[in-house]
Amino acid sequence: MSAVFAVIGRELRLATRAGGDALTLVLFFVMVGAVVPFAIGPDRTLLAKLAPGLIWIAAFLSMLLGLDRLFRADEDDGSLLLFRHAAIPLEAVVAAKVLAHWLLSAVPLIVASPLLAVLLAMDMPSWGRTVLALLIGTPALTAFGAIGAAVTVSLKRGGLLAPVLILPLCIPVLIFGVALVAAPDGSNAALLFLAALSLVSVAFCPFAAALALRVGSE
Amino acid sequence: MEAEKADVTDAATQLKKPSWFSRLAHPGAFMSWSRPVLWPLGLATAAVFAIGLWFAFFNSPADYQMGETVRIMYIHVPNAWLSQFVYGVMVVASLGTLVWRHPLADVAAKSAAPLGATFTAMALFSGALWGRPTWGTFWEWDGRMTSTLILLFIYLGIIALWRAFDDQLRAARIVAVVTLVGALDIPVIKFSVDWWNTLHQPASIITPTGPKMPPSLLTPLFSMMIAFTLLFVLLHVASMRTEILRRRAETLGRQAAAKLATVGTA
Repeated sequence: MSAVFAVIGRELRLATRAGGDALTLVLFFVMVGAVVPFAIGPDRTLLAKLAPGLIWIAAFLSMLLGLDRLFRADEDDGSLLLFRHAAIPLEAVVAAKVLAHWLLSAVPLIVASPLLAVLLAMDMPSWGRTVLALLIGTPALTAFGAIGAAVTVSLKRGGLLAPVLILPLCIPVLIFGVALVAAPDGSNAALLFLAALSLVSVAFCPFAAALALRVGSE
Repeated sequence: MEAEKADVTDAATQLKKPSWFSRLAHPGAFMSWSRPVLWPLGLATAAVFAIGLWFAFFNSPADYQMGETVRIMYIHVPNAWLSQFVYGVMVVASLGTLVWRHPLADVAAKSAAPLGATFTAMALFSGALWGRPTWGTFWEWDGRMTSTLILLFIYLGIIALWRAFDDQLRAARIVAVVTLVGALDIPVIKFSVDWWNTLHQPASIITPTGPKMPPSLLTPLFSMMIAFTLLFVLLHVASMRTEILRRRAETLGRQAAAKLATVGTA
């Protein structure tokens, strides 16, 4: 267990010290939201209506952009090879890395979401539901993303391929995520479905990603 | 002692005689048995197509509501069926790749992907042509259409992944992982998209109370489904043969290059 925490700590230190790009992703997330009013006009009622979907799309795109750093650097400097021969199974390493990646790429977006809520003229209750939806739904995005990153890590030009592979698989997350924001109070079917998706995909992804890493480096 | 000897001979005969399936699935054996099969298979496909098209165009009634456009169904439904069937073939092949590391499973998965993508695109295209006169639109964000479109994206992603690798042996295993993840996710996508929005008619061939269509429409439909399935099998075997030959050609080229290199250094 301490090895898992060591991997998480390593990831967090790597991302927050020199050369880390956690904040760049947040900047991208906010900028995608800020560009929308230029594209569809500054009508506040229209913006408020589209805001939940826009925030989800912005979060979706930022998560996809951040995918490549999940395994790429470790593959390049050989750490991945060491992880394969570590005392803990590769699945545990992947789970630790996925958790660290979620902390680094999803939590900052959720922290920055009030900014987008103001820019897109959201009211307080729907912002609250958006935060809830992002908190529950982003683990599933990270899990699918980890599979995509593991599958393409041995490719030199795999950067664009992982999002193309992962996007169709993530559509249920988007459907239930937006449904949760748009749902009238009291109906929690979308919430439960989103939670189920996240739990299943998070439980499943370390095995699929570790399998892809193993067969990819044989 | 006797028993041991018997065991040994049993093991030897087992080694000599693998099951009929692994004999058929050996790449070399596959190349020799599939060659004479291709022509009869092609003739059978053409014959069933001729029967099916005759039923579809001349010997079946027009629908009382949709009129002659109902005949699009005889192209649309077989393609939609194959779009899912081919993914099933790829899943089985992926299991063969990951569990038994069978080279022919790699080849089967690789050559099924473009066929599946084509059938899925045909299903979408014929569905759009059918939707225009009956629903008044080429495209609607309806559950079943959306999930077929997503299936097409998954096929295209898998084809892109195959093409991104130089080493096809490694590609086969990685694509197999993606294919299996997709197989687990496709029911979820299907369910979530249906929940999201649905306009398409529900299943009408396989229902608990039997088919909801009259036999005059079912006969052409089933013959066209058999014809398209035969077409898939024919194209799949042919493209597997092509893939094996391509790999052999690549190996020969590499061997020739290695020979040239040793001659050059000597």
